[in-house]
Amino acid sequence: MLLDIYSFSTLTASINKDLHAAMTPWLAVATELVLIGLLFLTFYALLGLFLVYLERKVCAVMQNRIGPNRVGKWGVFQTIADLIKLVTKELIPIKNADSFLFNLAPFIVIIASFMAMAALPFAKGLQAIDFNIGIFYIIAVSSLGVVGILIAGWSSNSKYSLIGAMRSGAQVVSYELSVGLSLLAIVVLSGSMQLSTIVESQANGWWIFKGHIPALIAFVIYLIASTAEINRGPFDLAEAESELTAGFHTEYSGIKFAFFFLAEYINMFIVAAIAATLFFGGWMPFHIDHWEAFNRVMDYIPSIVWFFGKTFIIIYLIMWFKWTFPRLRIDQLLNLEWKYLLPLSLMNIVIVSFVVLMGWYF
Amino acid sequence: MKNKEELKSFIAGLLPFATLIEGKQYLEVLVPADKWHEAAQKLKDNNKIPFDYLVSLAAVDFVTKFSVVCHLESTDTHDFIVVRVDIEDHEKPQIETVSDVWVTAEYHEREAFDLFGIRFKHHPDLRRLFLEEGYGFPLRKDFKDEINIIELSN
Amino acid sequence: MSEEVTKNIIVRDDEDYIINMGPQHPSTHGVLRLEVCLNGETVKYVIPHIGYIHRAIEKMSESDTYKQIIHLTDRMDYLSAHMNNEAVCLAVENALEIEVPKRVQYIRVVLDELTRLASHHLWWSAFGMDLGALTAFFYGMRDREKILAIFEESFGSRLLHSFNTPGGLMHDVHPDFQKHTMEFVRYFRKKLPEYKQLLTDNVIFHNRTQGIGKMSRETAIAFGVTGPSGRGSGFACDVRKVAPYGLYKEIDFNEILYDEGDSFARYLVRMDEMEESLNILEQVTDNIPEGDYTAKMKSIVKLPEGEYFQRVETARGELGIYIVSDGKKFPYRIKFRSPNFSNLFVLNTLAKGGLIADLVAISGSLDLVIPDIDR
Repeated sequence: MLLDIYSFSTLTASINKDLHAAMTPWLAVATELVLIGLLFLTFYALLGLFLVYLERKVCAVMQNRIGPNRVGKWGVFQTIADLIKLVTKELIPIKNADSFLFNLAPFIVIIASFMAMAALPFAKGLQAIDFNIGIFYIIAVSSLGVVGILIAGWSSNSKYSLIGAMRSGAQVVSYELSVGLSLLAIVVLSGSMQLSTIVESQANGWWIFKGHIPALIAFVIYLIASTAEINRGPFDLAEAESELTAGFHTEYSGIKFAFFFLAEYINMFIVAAIAATLFFGGWMPFHIDHWEAFNRVMDYIPSIVWFFGKTFIIIYLIMWFKWTFPRLRIDQLLNLEWKYLLPLSLMNIVIVSFVVLMGWYF
Repeated sequence: MKNKEELKSFIAGLLPFATLIEGKQYLEVLVPADKWHEAAQKLKDNNKIPFDYLVSLAAVDFVTKFSVVCHLESTDTHDFIVVRVDIEDHEKPQIETVSDVWVTAEYHEREAFDLFGIRFKHHPDLRRLFLEEGYGFPLRKDFKDEINIIELSN
Repeated sequence: MSEEVTKNIIVRDDEDYIINMGPQHPSTHGVLRLEVCLNGETVKYVIPHIGYIHRAIEKMSESDTYKQIIHLTDRMDYLSAHMNNEAVCLAVENALEIEVPKRVQYIRVVLDELTRLASHHLWWSAFGMDLGALTAFFYGMRDREKILAIFEESFGSRLLHSFNTPGGLMHDVHPDFQKHTMEFVRYFRKKLPEYKQLLTDNVIFHNRTQGIGKMSRETAIAFGVTGPSGRGSGFACDVRKVAPYGLYKEIDFNEILYDEGDSFARYLVRMDEMEESLNILEQVTDNIPEGDYTAKMKSIVKLPEGEYFQRVETARGELGIYIVSDGKKFPYRIKFRSPNFSNLFVLNTLAKGGLIADLVAISGSLDLVIPDIDR
C-alpha cells in the first residue's frame, strides 16, 4: 500500500533503534518516555489554545460577529494573550476552603484528560501506547475527571460550587453508561478493543457505513452522551452560568481556572477523536470496497490529515450544538438518559450482536 | 364602565360611612381610619363592581397628618376610584393593613413603612424594604439629612 | 385569607440551605438579591431583597420642577424610558388641560412602539441567555441596534433620550425619521421568523418554559402583575385599551391575551406584541401630520392644587404616576407605581416547588428591570 510512505512507524522505529544503540535499555526507555511526555505537553497546550480560538471563531460566525480580530492576523494570538493574562493573574486563596483538595482538583481534571490522549492513534504508526483494551482504557481514564470536579466543588466551600459539582456527578455517572454501550456496538462489530485493530478493520469502509443502522444509532447516542459527559452545552449544567454563576469552578482563579478551562476543551477533542476513530475510521482514508483506483487516490492524503480532519468536523458539530440550543434542566437531562438513551443503546447492542451473528454488515 | 353618578351612588350605598368627593379625574372616597379594613373588604368582595385590582398604594405626609391613598380598579367593569384614609396621629402613625385583601398591598405597605414610618397593624412581614434599620423615614417632610441632601434656596 | 396569601407565606428554618442569588448574579439582570432556600435542587421559598439601587427618585422629585422630573423618570425603567417620560408629560398636560398638537401625539406613539420593540428585543435576548441559548442574545441585539440608531439620529442619545417635555417634544424629529422607521419595520418583519426558528420552535425551549411558573388570573390580579406577564395569565390589563391615552384611542390594534399563565405564555405574549407593535407603526408612521412639535407652554410649569394620577403602559406593565400638588412649581409628593415592583413579588408564589433552573426561567419571563423596582 502507498499508505506506508506517510507512516510514522519508520520514524519512531529509527529513533527507538538509535536510542537503544546509544544507551542501556532502561535509560533508552526512560528517554523515550520523557520525549513522548514533552511532545504531548506541547501538543496539549497548542491544541488547547487552538480549540479555544476555534470555538470563538465558530461561535462568532453563528452569532453574526467577527470574533477575535485584533491580536495578530485574524486574532490568532488572542488566546495566547489570554493565556498570559490567566498565568499572571492572582490566585485568590479561599478562606475556609479545604486548601489541599482545592489545589489538587484542577490537577486531577487535567491529568485525566492528559492520560486519555496516550492511547489515541493520531496517524498510522503514531500512537504512544497501543493497549489491547484501548477503548476500555480511554473510557476509564476520561471518567476520572469527574472526581476532580466533585473535589473542586466540595472543597471550594461555596454553595454554588457544591450544587454544580453534584449536578456534574449525577450527569457524568449516568451518561457514562450510554457512552460505553454505544462504543460497545463498534467493539462487537470489529471484534476488538484495540484501537489499532479497529482502525485496520475499517480499511474497506468505515463502520458508520459498514455497520449501517446499528452503527448510526450508536453514533447518534455517542454524540449526545459524550457531549453531556464533557459538560458542554446544551448539557452544561455543572457550570450553568445563568443559574450557578460558574458552577464547580466559581471560586477558582488564574492558572487553576485555566486548567479546568483547558481540560474541558481537550476532553472535547478526545471525545471527537474517539468518535472519529471508531465510527469514521480514524486515520484510515475514505475507502470503498473494490474501487481500487479511487482508494489509491484517497491514500495520497496523509493519514494525519484524515484523522484531524474528521476530528475537527465532529468538534464543529459539538460546537454547533452548544451555540444553538438552550440548556436542559437537570431532571430533563436525567430523563433523557435513563428513559430514552439507555434503553435505546441496550436495544442497539442486541441488534448489533444479531447483525454480527447473521453477518448482515458489509 | 359606569358613569360617575352611578358609581357614586353605588359607593355611597356600599360604604355609608365614607365621604365622596367628585375629583377632577376620578371619584375620590374618603374613608375613616378605623373603618379602613372593613371598607377595603367591602370594596373587593361586592358582587356588582368588585375592585379586585389595587393599582397603587401611596402614602403622603401632610405635616399634620398622613394620608394613605389607594387607586383601585375593577378588572370586570374597568371602573377606577381613589380611596383615601387619613391618619391623624403624626407622631405614631398606625393603620390596619389591607394586605389580606389585596396581596400586592403587602409590598406597597412595606414601602410606605420604610419611607414614611407608618405602622400597618397585623401586617404579616413589616420589615424595611429599601433602607437599613434605624435610618429614619426619608419621605417625611421633617426628615433632615445634612450630609447627603443639599437644600437649594431660591 | 385568599389562596394567594396562604401560598405566599414563608416559614423560615435555621437548617435551611440558603443561597443568595445576587446582588451580583448573571440572571437577576441587575442588583437584585434573591434569598433562595433549596432542598437539593428544589426551591423551598424565594425572598427578594431590594434596595441596592435605590436612588430616592421620589424624594428628589420633591425638589425638582416637572421638567426636571422627566429626566429622573428615564432612570427608572431605562428600557421604557420614553413611556416613563410620557407619563409625566401626560399627567402635567391633563392637569393643565393643554391640547397637544396632533403631530406630537403621532410621534409619541411611534416612539412608544419603537421603545417597546427595543425593550422586547433586549428581553428576548436576555431570556435566551437565561436559558443557556447564548446565540439568541446577538440576534436580539442586532435588531435593537437599528432602533437605537433611529433614536440617536433624532435625539442624539440612544437609551435615555428625555425627548418628551410637558406640552410636546424637545425639538422636531430628524427629517429621515419616518423613512428610517418604515425601513426598520420592513426589515424586522423579515427577521421575526428567525426568532421563531431559534427559540419559539425549539424542543428544549418548550420543555424549559411550558408549564413552568403557572400563574392564574386571580394571582396576577391579586399581586397586581401587569404588562405582558399579566396578559400571559389572561388578565386584560393593557392600559392602552383600558384607559387609552394620547393617540391610542384612534389606533386599531389587538390586546394580546393568553390563558395558560406559564412562562411560555408570557413569552408568546411578548412575541405577538412585537408583531402588534409593527402593525401600529405601519398605521401611524406614514401619517404623521405636519405641524408644531410643541404646544405653547409657560417656562415654569405649575400644577393647580390637587391630586393627579396618570397611567401609562410601558413595555413591562402599568406605570402609574400619582402627583400631589400644592400649587407650587415643585410637586408636593410624587409616587411612581412602577410595574416591576408589583411583578417582582409574585416570584415566590411562582417559583416555589420548582427547580433552580425554573426560577431562572420564571424571573426571565417576568422581565424585571431592577432600577424600576427600587426607584
